[in-house]
Amino acid sequence: MAAPLAKQAGAVLRDLALRSARLRGGCPAVQLTSRRWLNLQEYQSKKLMADHGVTVQRFFVADSANDALEAAQRLKAKEIVLKAQILAGGRGKGIFNSGLKGGVHLTKDPKTVEQLAKQMIGYNLSTKQTPKDGVTVKKVMVAEALNISRETYFAILMDRACNGPVMVGSPQGGVDIEEVAVTSPELIFKEEIDIFEGIQDRQALQMAKNLGFKGPLQQQAADQIKKLYNLFLKIDATQVEVNPFGETPEGQVVCFDAKINFDDNAEFRQKEIFAMDDKSENEPIENEAAKYDLKYIGLDGNIACFVNGAGLAMATCDIISLNGGKPANFLDLGGGVKEAQVYQAFKLLTADPKERGGEGALCCCQQVVQGRGWQSIGQESPSASVQATQQSCSQCHQMAFLCG
Amino acid sequence: MTIRIYDHHAFMTYLQFSSVMEPQEKKKIILVKQRLHFAWRSRALQPSTVFCCCRCPCEGTMAHCHTARLLGRFLRLHQNGVRHCSYSASRKNLYINKNTKVICQGFTGKQGTFHSQQALDYGTNLVGGISPGKGGKTHLGLPVFNSVKEAKEQTGASATVIYVPPPFAAAAINEAIDAEMPLVVCITEGIPQQDMVRVKHRLVRQGKTRLVGPNCPGVINPGECKIGIMPGHIHKKGRIGIVSRSGTLTYEAVHQTTQVGLGQSFCVGIGGDPFNGTNFIDCLDVFLKDPHTEGIILIGEIGGNAEEDAAAFLKENNSGPNAKPVVSFIAGLTAPPGRRMGHAGAIIAGGKGGAKEKIAALQSAGVVVSMSPAQLGSTIYKEFEKRKLL
Repeated sequence: MAAPLAKQAGAVLRDLALRSARLRGGCPAVQLTSRRWLNLQEYQSKKLMADHGVTVQRFFVADSANDALEAAQRLKAKEIVLKAQILAGGRGKGIFNSGLKGGVHLTKDPKTVEQLAKQMIGYNLSTKQTPKDGVTVKKVMVAEALNISRETYFAILMDRACNGPVMVGSPQGGVDIEEVAVTSPELIFKEEIDIFEGIQDRQALQMAKNLGFKGPLQQQAADQIKKLYNLFLKIDATQVEVNPFGETPEGQVVCFDAKINFDDNAEFRQKEIFAMDDKSENEPIENEAAKYDLKYIGLDGNIACFVNGAGLAMATCDIISLNGGKPANFLDLGGGVKEAQVYQAFKLLTADPKERGGEGALCCCQQVVQGRGWQSIGQESPSASVQATQQSCSQCHQMAFLCG
Repeated sequence: MTIRIYDHHAFMTYLQFSSVMEPQEKKKIILVKQRLHFAWRSRALQPSTVFCCCRCPCEGTMAHCHTARLLGRFLRLHQNGVRHCSYSASRKNLYINKNTKVICQGFTGKQGTFHSQQALDYGTNLVGGISPGKGGKTHLGLPVFNSVKEAKEQTGASATVIYVPPPFAAAAINEAIDAEMPLVVCITEGIPQQDMVRVKHRLVRQGKTRLVGPNCPGVINPGECKIGIMPGHIHKKGRIGIVSRSGTLTYEAVHQTTQVGLGQSFCVGIGGDPFNGTNFIDCLDVFLKDPHTEGIILIGEIGGNAEEDAAAFLKENNSGPNAKPVVSFIAGLTAPPGRRMGHAGAIIAGGKGGAKEKIAALQSAGVVVSMSPAQLGSTIYKEFEKRKLL
């Protein structure tokens, strides 16, 4: 039931966990990096948007200081913004281990761009959302800096309540939209789009009006909105969020930044996009798990979970907490689990240094009963004593075990 | 009669109808761009005001299908029922029994073959299957057809189960809707959300076909008919209706109710996808009306509003001395806000959709919420004891 489902779990878990961590004020219970459904760097998302006619700041990508200089010169912009390309947020306030402060810099001089890039590329940038040691910056984005005279918020998402695509916008952009929703709900505008009829001109225009665009900018904004909607459908996104969807003093409507969430289920028909997936900022144990098609998410406890089925996995973590323990991980074997996977899963769990003891949860798998997994693990980790209580209550024997 | 239309949902419905309205009828409709709950508070709504298809969350009593039907009559529209209205008419198609003839789409594939054999072993009245291009052949001793239409005509089947891989599953569902199959159970997981949005768009505007799933374990009437992948032999014919978003967690509830001797009247796995064919309310409605279902177990999880909506439904339809006992478990209570573990549908966003809120909503509707999934059987047993139903 949960094969690709739990796969998404890791992605969104990270994406949102950090937001909640910041809200809680304390340090996050887990060392997680901020992640999107699919790991696209900023320049990749912007290129995707640009390819679909959405107006973004002109930019080039560089992976050396020299290239950065060339890019800055080619750009011929009045002012240049240099941005380190890492997946985590909070770049502006981050620090490089080269000593450079800030992952985002503005300058008018291409030479400065080169100097700054020298201190960025190949060094680690630590922000509030990265692990302590930071993340190595391999690429930088050299973009035309544009002034923003007005910031609005615009998003398109697949909404369950409306059973289809919904546009959400607010003339109050740039800040946390959830705050706006609470303090000034009348500033949030929603419009349902019929998936078969597509976005109507009047809908796009009305949204542009609601966002506060006036005069010729209205039509420009409406065009951008239509293009964003087409992008949203074309790439099988579950959400495209543009914040800020801004206005420049020169009279341009520009998408200054975007977050795109992709539907993992659409991977089979979005191969190009999924090929851009950057796994380098994942925890290695997750990449390892993904290799064997196991859905693993590290948590902060010391009781291992090993479960077949996402709902059951969640319930298992609940039960552990209910009894005073702390789950060390969420691990969903999925429906079609094979012996080899079970073995690999065990290896992952026992290799995890956080584990002091492990409690396995229900395992719906004939292969495990057959014991190959048990024996092999028994040999490799003699401290693990495996007790299996077999309850034959289904054709694929359900089994609870303790591994301590 | 003046018709005022509030709320963008109503506006959408108006747009739907307006294409077939006469010009003079259009003039009688006043579009009011106030949000419904502001209108309510400002007492702008009068008894003579008719409004349609409002789903304003502030007051559950506002939006009613009968109002929409009134509007429909006024506008002389009969062909398209208003959405939600006609589709809920297909809820009755969930009642499967030993006479239900079932066909299988994706019959000759690996999953289709395995689970069809399991179904036959269980005693399900499987009468054939579909595998385009293999029509005329025989598989597992049953006829293979090229299309759902053909299979339905030749076998008289009234239910189909889909084991078609994700790239083609939405088309398979569409085919079943075209053929007006009363019940479609889609087991496939991994169907792109956009595909399901399109399927659902069609689905809710008709009333002949009921979809369960996708990404669900299926529907079972223990001892009579099993449509899906659930392990048959943990079930026992009995008195409890079970509805769940999770697959394997459902089997927990089933096992426990079997062990305490209560058994199950009917089990529906609605699946974990965000866009699916059947929700909690659909199943609760069926359970409340079914004389064989004396108690209900509802298994939910974090994310979305399905459990809250179910609680509101139960408050309205299952209260008083004859209320059926309902026990629930919500998975993901210990998932911190912002975390998502598992189903595509299970996601907490911005404070809503958390397990605590769901539990509170259900409790206020008289549901007994168990904190542990291991006590579902014992909890409902106690409820039966209390009500002297044993």
